[in-house]
Amino acid sequence: MSRPTPLRDVHQSLGATLTDFAGWLMPLRYGSESAEHNAVRQAAGLFDLSHMGEIFLTGPQAGEALDYALVGHLSALVPGRARYTMIVNERGGVLDDLIVYRLGDEEFMVVANASNYEKVGNELKDRTKAYDVVVEDRSDQYALIAVQGPRAQEILATLTDADLAGLKYYAGLPGLVDGRQALIARTGYTGEDGFELFVANQDAVPLWHALMAAGEPYGLKPAGLSSRDTLRLEAGMPLYGNELGVELTPFDAGLGRVVKFDKPGDFVGRTALEAVKDDPPRRRLVGLVARGRRVPRHGYPVTKDGAVVGEVTSGAPSQTLGRPIAMAYVDAGAESGLAVDIRGSQEPMDLVELPFYRRKK
Amino acid sequence: MSNIPDDLSYTKEHEWVAGLEDGLTVTIGVTAFAADSLGDVVYVQLPEVGSNIEAGDSVGEVESTKSVNEIYTPVGGEIVEVNQSVVDDPSLVNSDPYGEGWMFRVRMEGEPEEVLSAEEYTALTSGES
Repeated sequence: MSRPTPLRDVHQSLGATLTDFAGWLMPLRYGSESAEHNAVRQAAGLFDLSHMGEIFLTGPQAGEALDYALVGHLSALVPGRARYTMIVNERGGVLDDLIVYRLGDEEFMVVANASNYEKVGNELKDRTKAYDVVVEDRSDQYALIAVQGPRAQEILATLTDADLAGLKYYAGLPGLVDGRQALIARTGYTGEDGFELFVANQDAVPLWHALMAAGEPYGLKPAGLSSRDTLRLEAGMPLYGNELGVELTPFDAGLGRVVKFDKPGDFVGRTALEAVKDDPPRRRLVGLVARGRRVPRHGYPVTKDGAVVGEVTSGAPSQTLGRPIAMAYVDAGAESGLAVDIRGSQEPMDLVELPFYRRKK
Repeated sequence: MSNIPDDLSYTKEHEWVAGLEDGLTVTIGVTAFAADSLGDVVYVQLPEVGSNIEAGDSVGEVESTKSVNEIYTPVGGEIVEVNQSVVDDPSLVNSDPYGEGWMFRVRMEGEPEEVLSAEEYTALTSGES
């Protein structure tokens, strides 16, 4: 049985198609996923992301403990700011990609993917035993609601006195939203401006209703995981299990910049990653745009002159480009004359640099 | 609850068939249940006019944001017409699956595969939804 989020009844009353995702019963779409996608690009979308994991590290050595456990330099993070980072194993293989928020001098929140947060919580506990820090997985206590899109700030501003205009991208501050205590973070996974609101489970339903009512005049729609996936794909953002996995290092994924070798001390994976950091990549993560209308999908081979030169990691029809798009690992040097083998037929593709879509500032 | 018209026949693979009782030319499309399950349809591939097909063949594809499904024909014969409108605008599958979203017409030869009545198809889909 899939676990419901605190918002399950709300999704059902909205007529959502529910699906199992990483053991959770999640809304796939409420109506047309294309309309939900477009609402986020043009106005705003409301997402239930309560399946994500929240792991807290508290104590005088919380920063140093994270420096050892993760590839990033988290002790250098200013309270109120956040970083995209990763946790790798001793071989440098990616166990998860994470956002770490520094809530205070001695408190951090690690947000992990639904499929990985138990593993991440256990790894963090194991790796930080020698430090003066308490690791606590509070995923069961928190709901996460995201408001994403160009109108997100206007919508949220009707429900909070918090200084949203002063809140930078990848920053978070505690505040009241509709009278409920929330961590308000300017983060997201759609390629648009937007906010993620971490709240106690019991506040999720009233907060959702308040955001729906506040957002309606601005064109906000509830949006499911289907549109979340096409939005992040257009924005060129990796998904663990597709573009990232334990068999890949951050360098393989073109995300070597998250590995901070210049931070003090050792960290899990340092030796393995230092050995590969300057290797020329055998394959690289690229974008493909289909010339035709058939959609390349996860696992389909990328070909050139009939030979396999790569593999699609994610693919979908793109609302914004009007053509099917994909991310794929493709052999270095294979740049033109590419095709994707779509159920036996070689469909021509143009290679493009990621992302497919970048919002206008 | 999906719309399931009484006057059509259905397949277990979620196609509808019109005109089967005359045994001459039948029209085939996918059901509202199938369209709802797929989500927004973005691509429809149909067989060539003039091609000969056999009952049970996969003759085309319906592709949505999330998945791709084959279109099966429950009847054999010759393809006499395909709906170019649905190729040009696949969203017709979602907006009008039994009308403007029809897929192709077959001049029947031989016996059709077993099909379901509206009542039987309703029972089938209520078990799946």
